[in-house]
Amino acid sequence: MSEKQKKATAYWKENLRYLVILLIIWFVVSYGAGILFKDALNTIRLGGFKLGFWFAQQGSIYVFVILIFVYVHLMNKLDKKYGYNED
Amino acid sequence: MSDAQIWIYVLVALSFGLYIGIAIWSRAGSTKEFYVAGGGVSPLANGMATAADWMSAASFISMAGIISFAGYDGAVYLMGWTGGYVLLALLLAPYLRKFGKFTVPDFIGERYYSKTARVVAVICALIVSFTYVAGQMRGVGIVFSRYLEVDINTGVVIGMVIVLFYAVLGGMKGITYTQVAQYCVLIFAFMVPAIFISIQMTGNPVPQLGFGSTLSDGSGVYLLDKLDGLSTELGFVEYTDGSKSTIDVFAITLALMVGTAGLPHVIVRFFTVKKVRDARKSAGLALLFIAILYTTAPAVAVFARTNLIETVSGKEYDNMPEWFNRWEKTGLIAHEDKNGDGKIQYVASPEINELTVDRDIMVLANPEIADLPAWVIGLIAAGGLAAALSTAAGLLLVISSSVSHDLIKNVLKPDLTEKEELWAARLSAAVAVVIAGYFGINPPGFVAAVVALAFGLAAASFFPAIILGIFYKKMNSKGAISGMIVGLCLMLFYMLKFKFGIFDGGKEAVAGLQQSWWFGVSPEGFGSIAMIVNFIVAIVVNFFTAEPPENVQEIVENIRVPNQAGQAIEH
Repeated sequence: MSEKQKKATAYWKENLRYLVILLIIWFVVSYGAGILFKDALNTIRLGGFKLGFWFAQQGSIYVFVILIFVYVHLMNKLDKKYGYNED
Repeated sequence: MSDAQIWIYVLVALSFGLYIGIAIWSRAGSTKEFYVAGGGVSPLANGMATAADWMSAASFISMAGIISFAGYDGAVYLMGWTGGYVLLALLLAPYLRKFGKFTVPDFIGERYYSKTARVVAVICALIVSFTYVAGQMRGVGIVFSRYLEVDINTGVVIGMVIVLFYAVLGGMKGITYTQVAQYCVLIFAFMVPAIFISIQMTGNPVPQLGFGSTLSDGSGVYLLDKLDGLSTELGFVEYTDGSKSTIDVFAITLALMVGTAGLPHVIVRFFTVKKVRDARKSAGLALLFIAILYTTAPAVAVFARTNLIETVSGKEYDNMPEWFNRWEKTGLIAHEDKNGDGKIQYVASPEINELTVDRDIMVLANPEIADLPAWVIGLIAAGGLAAALSTAAGLLLVISSSVSHDLIKNVLKPDLTEKEELWAARLSAAVAVVIAGYFGINPPGFVAAVVALAFGLAAASFFPAIILGIFYKKMNSKGAISGMIVGLCLMLFYMLKFKFGIFDGGKEAVAGLQQSWWFGVSPEGFGSIAMIVNFIVAIVVNFFTAEPPENVQEIVENIRVPNQAGQAIEH
C-alpha cells in the first residue's frame, strides 16, 4: 500500500469512528428518549413538559442540529490533520 | 374589499414580483448552471434554499394541524422530517458532492457502471417526484382559492405560470435564489402569528418555551396540563400520550428519516456548493433553518388546539365568533346539531360529536382565532404560497434533469451538444409543469395519501443503493439493482394492499386489513422494512456475483476523501 493510500485509509477510519459515535447519540435521543423510553421519562418533568414528550417534539430536533455542527467541526479538523483541507 | 383582502393582494403580489425579478437576474446560461447552479452557491444560501425546498405546503399549512389532532404521535413527523438531515450530512452529502455530478441517477449509474442501474434510478426519481409535486400544485390552488376567492383551478394555473417562468428560465440557479427569498417569506409568515399567540396565552414570546409555560390567566396551571385535562374530559386520549403502537411510531419515524435522506430533490441541493466542507456545513445550516419552523409547529399545535376547545366546546352555536362562520362557508369547519340543544358538542365519541374540523384550519385561521391584525392574514397567504412554490420548483428540476440529462443525454442520444441539452432540459421542465398542473387541477383521489408514501418509496429504493455505494467498496451492480427493484416493488405492493385495498375489494376493505399488517407496521412506516429488505437482497446477491471492476473501486476510494484525492486515481 502506498503512502497516499495509507493516509486515506487512516482518514477514513477516523471518519467512521466519528460517524458511529454521533449516530449512536442520534439514535438514543430520538428512538430512545423520544419513543422507546418515552413513558419512563414522562415521569420526570421539565417545567410544563413531560420529559419523554419534550424529547419527541423538541429536544431531539435541537440535538440533531448540534450533532451536524459537531460533525462539521470534527471533520474540518480532521481534513486539516491529514492535509485534505480544500483552501 | 376588506382590510385583510387588500393586505393579501399586496403581499402576494410583492412576493411574486420579487421571485420573478430574481428569476430574470439569475438566468441559466449552461447545463451546469441549469442543473447545479454552476456549483458555486454559498453554504448559507444553499442552507436556506434547501430549507425552502424541503418545507412544502404540507409543512407550512398542514403539519401543525396534524400534530394538533395527533398529540404525541405528531412526533413521527417532527423527528422523521428533521432526523433525516443528520443522515444526509453524515452519510451522503459530502461524498456525493465529492463525486461531483449533476443528478442522483448520475451517481447510481456511474457507481454501478450500468445503464440499467441509471434507468432504474430515473424511474424511482420520477415516481417519487411526480407523486410529491402534484400535491404541491394542489396546495398552491387551495391557498389561492381560500384567500383570494378565485377558484382552485385558476389558482393552480397562476402557480404554474410563475413556476414555469423561473424554473424554465433559471433552472437550478434561478430556483436556488428564489428559494432563498421564499424561505425568508415563509419563516417570517410562520413565526409572527406564533409569537403573537404565545404571548397572548402564556406571556412568553418564544413559542418553543411558551407551550411548556404556565397560562397567563394567573391560574398557575401549565398549558400542557390544561390541554391534557381538557382532552380527557372530552374523551380524547391525553394530548401528551399517543394512540399509535410503539413499533409503528418507531417504523414511521425511521421511514420518514431515511426517506428524507433519499429524496432526490433534497440530495441534489448538495451538488450546488463549491466544496465538500461546504456540503457538510450547508446541511447543518439547512437543518437549523428547518428546525426554527419544526420546533415552533408543535407549540402552534398546542395553542390552536387549546384555543379551539375553549372557544367551541359546549358553547352556544349562535354566539360563535365571526371567524367560525367565515370558515364554515369554506367547509373547513362544520357543525351539525345532532341533539338539537343549540350548543356545540366537541367530543371523541363519533355518535355524540357535532363538530368536524379540517386540520388545515389550525394554521390558516389561526390569526383570526387569535384576533391578530389584518396584515398577518396576508402574510400567511404569501407564506403558504412560498412554501408550495419552492418545493414544486425543486421537484420539477429533478424531473427535468432526470429526463434531459439521464435519459436523453446519457442513454438515448449521447451525441447531444451542450446547447441542445440545455434546451432539452428547459423543454422537459415545461412539460413537467404542465403535467403537474394537470394533476393539481384533476387530483387523483390518492394524491394526499401517496405524498406521505413518497418517503417510503425513497427509503425503499435510493437510500440503500447510495449508502452501499459509498460505504461498501465491493458492492456490485447486480446487487444494487436487485435491491432497488425488490425494495421498490415490495413497498408498492404493501401500499396497494394495505392503503388502497386493491387485492381485497377496494378502499372499504382497508380498515379491516389493519390486523394483518406485517409486524404491526402501517403502510406509512413500511418503508423502513422495505429498506431493510433492500439492504439484505443487495448484499446477498452481491455475495454470489462478481466484484465490481477495479476502476469503480477507485471511484469509491476517491469520493471518501475531500480534495487532492483526484490525484490518487492516477497510476
